[in-house]
Amino acid sequence: MTGAAGGKASSAPIMGRADEPTIFELSQPGRRSASFRTTGLPEWAPEELVPAEHLRDAPAPIAELSERDLVAHFTRLSHRQYSVDLGAYPLGSCTMKYNPKVCDDAAALPGLTDVHPAAPAGLTQGWMALLADLERILCAVTGMHAATLQPPAGAAGELTGLLLMRAWDAEHGGRRHKIVIPDSAHGTNPASVTLGGYDTVTVPSDARGLVDVAALRQRLDDDVAGIMLTNPNTLGLFEEDIAEIAAAVHDVGGLLYYDGANLNAILGVTRPGDMGFDIVHMNLHKTFAVPHGGGGPGAGPVAVSERLAPYLPGPRPVAAADGAYRWEIPERSIGRVHSWHGNALALARAYTYILANGGDGLRRVAEAAVLNANWLRRRLHGIYDLPYDRPAMHEFVASTASLKKEKGLRALDVAKRLLEEGFHAPTVYFPLIVEEALMIEPTETESLQTLEALGDALEAIASGDAAEARAAPRTTPVGRVDEARAARRLVPTWDARAKGL
Amino acid sequence: MGHYVPHTDAELSSMLAFLGLGSLEELFAVVPAALRLAGGLDLAPGLSEPDVMAAVEALAARNRPAGADLVCFAGGGAYDHEIPAATPRLAFRSEFVTAYTPYQPEVAQGVLQALFEYQTLLCRLTGMEVANASLYDGASACVEAVNLAAAATGRQDVLVSRGVNPQWREVLRTFAAGTGHRISELDLSAGLTSLPDAGEVGAVLVQHPNYLGCLEDLAAARAAADRLGAHLLVAFDPVAAGLLRSPGEFGADVVVGEGQPFGTPLSFGGPYLGLFTCRMEHVRRLPGRLVGETVDVEGRRAYVTTLRTREQDIRREKASSNVCTNQTLIAVACAVQLAWLGTAGLRELALRCARGTRYTRDALLAIDGVEPLVEAPVLREFPLRTPLGGEVVVERMAEEGFLAGVPLPDEYGENGILVSVTERRTRQEIDAYADAFERVLK
Repeated sequence: MTGAAGGKASSAPIMGRADEPTIFELSQPGRRSASFRTTGLPEWAPEELVPAEHLRDAPAPIAELSERDLVAHFTRLSHRQYSVDLGAYPLGSCTMKYNPKVCDDAAALPGLTDVHPAAPAGLTQGWMALLADLERILCAVTGMHAATLQPPAGAAGELTGLLLMRAWDAEHGGRRHKIVIPDSAHGTNPASVTLGGYDTVTVPSDARGLVDVAALRQRLDDDVAGIMLTNPNTLGLFEEDIAEIAAAVHDVGGLLYYDGANLNAILGVTRPGDMGFDIVHMNLHKTFAVPHGGGGPGAGPVAVSERLAPYLPGPRPVAAADGAYRWEIPERSIGRVHSWHGNALALARAYTYILANGGDGLRRVAEAAVLNANWLRRRLHGIYDLPYDRPAMHEFVASTASLKKEKGLRALDVAKRLLEEGFHAPTVYFPLIVEEALMIEPTETESLQTLEALGDALEAIASGDAAEARAAPRTTPVGRVDEARAARRLVPTWDARAKGL
Repeated sequence: MGHYVPHTDAELSSMLAFLGLGSLEELFAVVPAALRLAGGLDLAPGLSEPDVMAAVEALAARNRPAGADLVCFAGGGAYDHEIPAATPRLAFRSEFVTAYTPYQPEVAQGVLQALFEYQTLLCRLTGMEVANASLYDGASACVEAVNLAAAATGRQDVLVSRGVNPQWREVLRTFAAGTGHRISELDLSAGLTSLPDAGEVGAVLVQHPNYLGCLEDLAAARAAADRLGAHLLVAFDPVAAGLLRSPGEFGADVVVGEGQPFGTPLSFGGPYLGLFTCRMEHVRRLPGRLVGETVDVEGRRAYVTTLRTREQDIRREKASSNVCTNQTLIAVACAVQLAWLGTAGLRELALRCARGTRYTRDALLAIDGVEPLVEAPVLREFPLRTPLGGEVVVERMAEEGFLAGVPLPDEYGENGILVSVTERRTRQEIDAYADAFERVLK
């Protein structure tokens, strides 16, 4: 050890093992927090304002709490929650990097937060300039021509990309039905394909963990609208045959879609546009440090090559000759994919992060992310199975297949035991093509000391008592959760519970 | 290295040595040389924290935010409500902000319980039985509602009222290109949806109050949906719901909405919050995440995402929704805000909006040339016709220090403007607004 780990949580949870009552249990009739502005307006009764047949018989029962109790409740809930700010979060495929606080401050500027999205362009020039500059930057990073910032998440970006393919397809020879997806792909890919009105054709991975190019060629014909690829793929491996794949897909008139889930690995190193991709979505909550928010909001902008630019969703901010921005709907636009202009404050956070890093800093992000993943991978060599013995990019997949055979240690047990050590667990049982998979993505913001501590913890778990791991976690606010019971005896609300449903 | 990369030069050397590599460049040996980016990204060098803040502040300064010198009377799906100090302080605690989807429930009880409470609050508000853990925005909630109804009824034809937010309708059309749903629009008559007597469709979608602010007849909508064999989908306004009978009382199948009014600033349109609730019989088709209560190994109360077999990562191409990342943090803010408002406060909020709306409408209609676009009862926003048209009025009123409203598309009639009044607006502001309105029209 060269120093203490900064990424190992020691403080969570505080007083961790008692139930926290719900706000409905804390509620006391007649108690309140709310207060309202003095307006000087006439105090008409509801009956004077709204026809009687529309009025509720009784107020909607919400909850009745003092502000003090409300604050204590949500503060205690926050103590029952692991987060990046507490410790390392090597959740593969999710890029749980540190979220710089300056981005919080930037996205809280009243000049950004208090702007109505329907305000005329003359009042929103700062926002439009920010969005237009972010489009330019994202195109520079991906090697594409134009972008839409509307998609609010990665999956929304995927579907937007597929609808762009569809619009292109419709004007270039008509209806193709199939989209090719590798067997290692994220589940959102095939789900998006279905919603895009296409059929999924799966292409297997070869022994290297890469797309089997021969198998891909067998699947390519003039009914293939395109292929969706993640590069590096979900095994953390760079698809080194990408130029050949691109040529093969383009030869049958198909388009290439880049799933940007793993863009962090290649920032400033190579670009999807240079690899031959036509459509790229980015997960700004992964690559560009928008905090994940417990499950969102994120942002999933889509960038495209020149030939697809006329189909992008609109309106987009465009600078006129005098430098003023106006909204413009692309000529053959597929239409809006968001109520307004996308998750604007998330976009502002990503913009801030990019300005802070700059072109040079983004390249360093990729270097350190790949270095960290390979260091940890090497550290675990001989301890866990490493099914694809090749240099990894930003993440790698380990497996407990041998440990399971040897002593009954499953990937799930490793994950739960790791929680006791103050780390979040890796992604488990994904990708589906690896048995007992542990998908580990340390990200570039974890220090060598944290990696050492994480490596030590993973080694100790592998060499430790499997029965102990099966009983884990024992130090967390709750122990292993009964997921089967939750599904069998569904209790989706407090009121369903109270009714004994 | 970059601002947020912690490695010292000595550590870089030792880590590379551990890997048997001589340089960082060698980490990328698997990337074919022809694909390597020569010369790096064409972006400016990184900035220090004060410099980057100055750059973003300079952009923010080129906007005119709502506030004392641009008093907001604009709504149309984005509203200028109060946000109490407690809401951002609790919802934006870094444990909530920097977590991800609760894949490991043992260390995610905080987010899970907050979502369970959010789901309960939404059901109490809508009169429905189950709510998901959020969708992206009002538009995406409408899209998912239509997808649910089409799958449940096996019918591709969908009727959408023109009373539904025009931008949400546009998003519905965009995504229908992929699903193949055939969307037909129902016209408004005197501000309310004209419902058909016969036909066979999968869904009828109405908004209540509708985009013009008018109170729809949900009993008639339910009856029409029954005649057509359709599911009734209602896009509701969660603030107006403080006074109005819930869509659940009228037997809606799915109730969706935009949750921005509870705890989220105008934010130039996002991140907002897609509200999605339905009847229990539709729970297997619920899009997105659902949190359920269960127990841990020792029988203690615990929460977990449940009915996971509906979701894309398990069902893949057979999934009926592709939602993964959603708007959890905004849902937590919504839960905090609703709990802060409380039972009496929510009713008072709606009442105060309705009082301000009545007062403003009366003041504007007293001005020469201003006419109601429709006469139907409203609650918190209303449409007007002016001699100048909405866009001109908004431009001129901005010079007077007001965001006057949202110009209405011509499908609602020419020269329309939609005016919205929240609980923030004082009598003094409204009087000044009406005076300016009169000046502008002269």
